Amino acid sequence: MRRAYDEELERLHRLFSQMGNMVNEAIYKSIKAFVTHDKELAKTVILEDLKINEIEHQLEQDSIELIALQQPVTGDLRKIITVMKACADLERIGDHAVSIAKSTIRVKGTRRHKPIEDKISLAGDKIKQMGQDIIDAYIQYDAEKALEIAKRDNDIDELATQIRKDSIEEMKKDSDLVLGATDYILVSTYLERMGDYITNISEWILYFNTGEIKELNTHHDLD
Amino acid sequence: MVTQPKIKVEDLKLWYGDFRALHGVDLDINENEVTAFIGPSGCGKSTFIKTLNRMNDLIPYARVEGKVELDGQDIYSKKMDLNNLRKKVGMVFQQPNPFPKSIYDNIAYGPRTHGVKKKSELDEIVERSLRQAAIWDEVKDHLDRNALSISGGQQQRICIARALAVEPEVLLMDEPTSALDPISTAKIEELVSELKQEYTIVMVTHNMQQASRISDRTAFFLNGHIIETDQTRKIFTNPNQEETENYISGRFG
Repeated sequence: MRRAYDEELERLHRLFSQMGNMVNEAIYKSIKAFVTHDKELAKTVILEDLKINEIEHQLEQDSIELIALQQPVTGDLRKIITVMKACADLERIGDHAVSIAKSTIRVKGTRRHKPIEDKISLAGDKIKQMGQDIIDAYIQYDAEKALEIAKRDNDIDELATQIRKDSIEEMKKDSDLVLGATDYILVSTYLERMGDYITNISEWILYFNTGEIKELNTHHDLD
Repeated sequence: MVTQPKIKVEDLKLWYGDFRALHGVDLDINENEVTAFIGPSGCGKSTFIKTLNRMNDLIPYARVEGKVELDGQDIYSKKMDLNNLRKKVGMVFQQPNPFPKSIYDNIAYGPRTHGVKKKSELDEIVERSLRQAAIWDEVKDHLDRNALSISGGQQQRICIARALAVEPEVLLMDEPTSALDPISTAKIEELVSELKQEYTIVMVTHNMQQASRISDRTAFFLNGHIIETDQTRKIFTNPNQEETENYISGRFG
């Protein structure tokens, strides 16, 4: 019976990486659409998110059935829990891509600020890379790589802070920029949240390897 | 597409003397699926599985009413040829019960009874059956050994091979692994999931995890009734009946 069980686990694993690739695609497209002001591309992100949500439900349903029918223990149990928890994080990343896409669609010929958009683009590239790397780390259950990726989240946080500061500065100088820059601030927050969810996935990869649930990159300092 | 069930049971009742063991059981058993019967001791699941190839005929004070159809044919009709029925519907029991003969003769026993005489033909059947039962590699070099001299797990697979030798269509298994260790159990479970490609398998088990691991459909028996039958995934994640839920989650009684 072990064989059928292993095949089911393998299928779960494959479906998860498929979902990961779709979410990465959504990140890429949403950032690209935002900085190139491409509303059509932004619409595809929103539509494709439905499919991402479907896969999440499928993964959850399959995981629940595996738990009920196979009574997994040890590594098998950790594998299933990892999928269940990490797919919820992926789904939230997908939702943030949708939020960025919606910002893109909302913008109507308001004033732009190239240097800030370049920073958003840079943060987007970094997130996209982290997203790709975390799926690779997941597939190989590579804890070291997961830790390294989680560390990169600090760069994202810094960039997001900069984007917010720059936006406020530029708004002070030019009130025509208020509408556009408000979206910059929103998008910076979405990107920052994406980084946090990627960090969560790192935590689940670590959990798979060690059995310990540990928080990485806490944001609990009061300064 | 609506497919006919392999076995269709309608309102089946069974008495042992005055004691009514089955109270009007209805059940469809699908082809090429594993159907598991679960339920507490004395609920009627073993009694029920025996009615499917009329093993209960051997109990003089047992009386049956109702209908059991195999491919649409009533197996309790007077025209039914019992030997033919049991050739089509084979059985494996809780305790491995090989004959005190060689491994070869155990497997060849059924085919010989059904008139196969040629050595080459018997050789072929013996090898095919042992291979199907996933034990050929372990015994091929000593087919002349007494079947009682091998381990319990191996004996049970010999019994499965013996049942397969007459090319049945349905295999009834009454707690086939309850006398076996976990490794042998895993082998039998693996085997069952292989065999369902070609056979229809009905299994009684006290081990709920076994039912959940290997069956496609599960029927829950209680006090001579079937309380619920459904896809195994449904029964083990969200059964319709509270009694099923209580039994499966160990909250019974």
